Amino acid sequence: MLDLVLTQTLNGLASASSLFLVACGLSIIFGVTRIVNFAHGSLYMLGGYLAFTLVTWLGPADPLGFWGGVIIAVLLTSLAGVLVEVLILRRIYQAPELFQLLATFGVVLMLQDIALATWGPEDKLGPRAPGFRSFVILFDNRFPSYELFLIAVGPVVLGLIWLLFHRTRWGVLIRAATQDREMVSALGVNQRLLFTSVFAFGAALAGLGGALQLPREAINLHMDLSMIAEAFVVVVVGGLGSVTGAYLAAVLIGVLHAFGILILPKITLVLVFLVMAAVLIVRPHGLLGKAGVEPRGHAGQLFLLRPADRAAKLFGIVALGLLALAPLVVPDHLVLTLTDLVIFAVFAASLHLLMGPGGITSFGHAAYFGLGAYGAALAVKWLGSPMEEALMLAPLMAGVAGAIFGWFCVRLSGVYLAMLTLAFAQIAWATAFQWVDLTGGDNGILGVWPSAWAVPKTVFYYLALAIAVLVIVALRIIIFAPFGYALRAGRDSPLRAEAIGLDVGRLQWAAFTIAAIAAGIAGGLFAFSKGSVFPTYMAIPRSVDALLMVLLGGVQTVAGPIVGAFAYMGLSEQLMKLTGYWRFVLGLSIVLLVVLFPRGLVGTWLFWRARRESAAQATATA
Amino acid sequence: MPPMLEARDLAKSFGGVKAVDGVSFAVEAGKLVALIGPNGAGKTTCFNMLNGQLKPDRGEVFLAGKPITGLEPRKIWRLGVGRTFQITATFASMTMRENVQMALISHEGENWRLFGRAGERHREAADALLAQVGMTGQAERACGVLAYGDLKRVELAIALANAPKLLLMDEPTAGMAPQERIALMALTARIARQRGIAVLFTEHDMDVVFAHADRVLVLDRGRLIAAGTSAEVRNDPQVRAVYLGSGATSGGH
Amino acid sequence: MAALLELSGIEAWYGRAKILHGVGFSVGAGEVAALMGRNGAGKSTTMKTVMGLVPEPQGSIRFEAKEIAGREPFAIARLGIGYVPEDRRVFSELTVMDNLEVGRQPPRAGAPHWTPERLFDLFPNLGRMRDRPGGAMSGGEQQMLTIARTLMGNPRLLLLDEPSEGLAPVIVEAMAQTIRVLKGEGLSVLLSEQNLHFAGSIADRAVIIEKGLIRFDDTMAALKADEAARSQYLAV
Repeated sequence: MLDLVLTQTLNGLASASSLFLVACGLSIIFGVTRIVNFAHGSLYMLGGYLAFTLVTWLGPADPLGFWGGVIIAVLLTSLAGVLVEVLILRRIYQAPELFQLLATFGVVLMLQDIALATWGPEDKLGPRAPGFRSFVILFDNRFPSYELFLIAVGPVVLGLIWLLFHRTRWGVLIRAATQDREMVSALGVNQRLLFTSVFAFGAALAGLGGALQLPREAINLHMDLSMIAEAFVVVVVGGLGSVTGAYLAAVLIGVLHAFGILILPKITLVLVFLVMAAVLIVRPHGLLGKAGVEPRGHAGQLFLLRPADRAAKLFGIVALGLLALAPLVVPDHLVLTLTDLVIFAVFAASLHLLMGPGGITSFGHAAYFGLGAYGAALAVKWLGSPMEEALMLAPLMAGVAGAIFGWFCVRLSGVYLAMLTLAFAQIAWATAFQWVDLTGGDNGILGVWPSAWAVPKTVFYYLALAIAVLVIVALRIIIFAPFGYALRAGRDSPLRAEAIGLDVGRLQWAAFTIAAIAAGIAGGLFAFSKGSVFPTYMAIPRSVDALLMVLLGGVQTVAGPIVGAFAYMGLSEQLMKLTGYWRFVLGLSIVLLVVLFPRGLVGTWLFWRARRESAAQATATA
Repeated sequence: MPPMLEARDLAKSFGGVKAVDGVSFAVEAGKLVALIGPNGAGKTTCFNMLNGQLKPDRGEVFLAGKPITGLEPRKIWRLGVGRTFQITATFASMTMRENVQMALISHEGENWRLFGRAGERHREAADALLAQVGMTGQAERACGVLAYGDLKRVELAIALANAPKLLLMDEPTAGMAPQERIALMALTARIARQRGIAVLFTEHDMDVVFAHADRVLVLDRGRLIAAGTSAEVRNDPQVRAVYLGSGATSGGH
Repeated sequence: MAALLELSGIEAWYGRAKILHGVGFSVGAGEVAALMGRNGAGKSTTMKTVMGLVPEPQGSIRFEAKEIAGREPFAIARLGIGYVPEDRRVFSELTVMDNLEVGRQPPRAGAPHWTPERLFDLFPNLGRMRDRPGGAMSGGEQQMLTIARTLMGNPRLLLLDEPSEGLAPVIVEAMAQTIRVLKGEGLSVLLSEQNLHFAGSIADRAVIIEKGLIRFDDTMAALKADEAARSQYLAV
């Protein structure tokens, strides 16, 4: 038993190193540029693939070939990071942070298809590292020497970074820029160069993390998102902006993973979740984090929120009328598409409650959509529930999860909170994926069919439409009710809200739960619409779908997200039919949209309108 | 009758540094008391202990004779303590009226209602409060676009919404033009006297302090070094040495 | 006196609100000029616009006869303009020495050359707390550090945004003395100020801004004599 504990501890420490390298790069880049680089996991993956190709080409048996390949892979990954910074991010540093995030997610999508096109869908198994092929006998156990090497990498890099940050001018500038980049620039420091160098450094760390994995495990196309989610957990647990905290957290998470396999082999991530929860209860800003490091969540301007005027109401009624009449004229397969669109409108509206009035950005809203779908499917499969009952259980399951996760999330704010939502979503996803006995794992749960009366596509469409209208109207009423105002008050000025007796944390918690329930309703409907559920329902891309829908339509208005849902889902469905590399095209479109309209579509329009008005006023008074 | 606000022997340290060290004072209903002193003297720490943002290491706070030491800001507000901030804090996505309505909704305990338009509640009461601070007829304007002086007035209306017994104002006139400063404090003084509200404020503008404070408290390095009328404090040699200076750059006080 | 800094027709927006509606004035070499006006009049925006910190301004800004409008802040700083913001913005996690390091630039011809040791002569308090983090200093000490940090760039022109705001009167007196010393070193200073007593004790020239337009531009002595202008624009 002691052997096992020892072996697993060493395993955990070895895997912690790569995790630390990636999380540390993510944290440093965020500190200086205020951009959460979603593509950091992709750079890690790229480092792995590049190392595979280079090492194979330069000769894996030769130490020079292997380590030379690893070093060149790191440099090339660094260069890729620089390209992303110079071509894309440099143009959008002034954009709202969510748009920046979307742009980096666009890069994730593009790199996925680039990797697929270059290296193909098969896993790539790398060679052993020359000089580290043997085993070391530790307490009568054979332990690969490469693992020991990896264990040493973490503290060594940590020490080097500390020296770099405290003993060089570059490091001092980085630490200063992490606090106030504008001031650094006003003191004569070339901000562009600094940002690009930080990106190069962070990307190199990610590339190194990926390249060092080569002798240890197969390089594959899923490395990017699974790594970024874990890196977020590490950053949240370690404390944003703390390199040492990132190391401690990486060790903690790495070791927990290793032991999770022993204790709860089906759901290893649950253990990670419990520890993360424990850390955040005791230290809400992470192990070594400080309060106030994270910037405020919404830097954008606040516009008056007004109830819909007559024209908007009329438009809404006409649109609803068209949706109600649609099945009479459109073919069957389009009715299916319309059903999806209506369901996604509910999903988007539920996220909007959080992002708009709540001022809470969620990167992981798909968790509640997915939990709703699984709630319905599990009820059908294990309880033999009919559709009506299952549709009740869907929001219940999502709501309970929302209440539990939300309790932790609302203790944080801004990007930090958003990272935590993503981590929770990833845990929900992994649970569905790993707990095969209950959920069927990757194969999902099939045979989730509606009750006999609702089987005809048109009938189910009307059912979905009716529920969607009810939920959306209810959300709208809530937004204009005292609760919605109080929630918005907490977003506009938490200080003032507390000073007039509002319990901002609890208001946000309630909003989180309500949003989860609404997303769960959408998920339940989606399960019955498709007849099956899969873990992908709560994977990261689905969460990003929701973000895109809300941002495309505009956070500033209540109707925006619904319009956004129709526009975005309609487009992406068409895209998927047109090309095999739809990820690349979608990613590129997102990047272009953000670069061309850095204020967002609605934001751009509001900005120009306001400028025109103020110009007109100035002429009038002059 | 006990004073509206009483602080007894308040003390607070941060990492071994005594920010506030045994401060006692009282504020009577209807009176304006100024708390002045150099930066770092402990004014803000003192304020934050009074309204519950910080728990004192030692000492007690009484509101109309009842102990409120260590209660949360929300609860202290519900007991009748209004607050304005050094940097204005209003709800930018709401109109002026809605800002005041929000405070009234909270005062009535209606925060958690999920139905009914918030914009229809307490309209008249909100407009009356806005009129009281001299902002009649502008209720529909967004707080996000108001001039600074107007925002300060809206803040005062918000602070008055729960019919406070005590107002805590942190640098109420910071960032305003000199004439507006005097006008705002004159308005505050008038309302305080009418309604019998006790007012405690910090301030760097000595014109404002000496024109409107019934009493002046001077803090230095966490201790109260002087307390008295404007004239007494102005002529106190210790106060001149640590705070007021010769008057060459501050208007010859 | 040749103009060191010359602004003409500056229009600037802060978000969607237009703050400056055609601001024009100049600062001569070796001069201390005070930009005065109420809060919200456009003083800070003018300073930030000169420094390149306001996006997309219109109009012309010439420094040493070179057009600098539209350049990036770091490029403007490297030409010899030092900016001290009103809210100080010291790097609170960095020590005094590291704060100074961030501001360090190569020596500049025609401008005084500053080293940490020379600055500690000017601000003896700072010399006694070299390894203290900026966040653990008092407001007055932070204000001194911000000025020292900016001087490390060896500027020819110093922009001081509301240097007396929020400081105790004794510290304000020390600040006035510091500015006189800097002027003696040959530095030009543009400071924004609401406090006439303070500005009047150090500035050669007064420029009054109101609602984004220049309303008064003359010597400080002229302003002191002009009671009408003072009561109309400064409300004192």
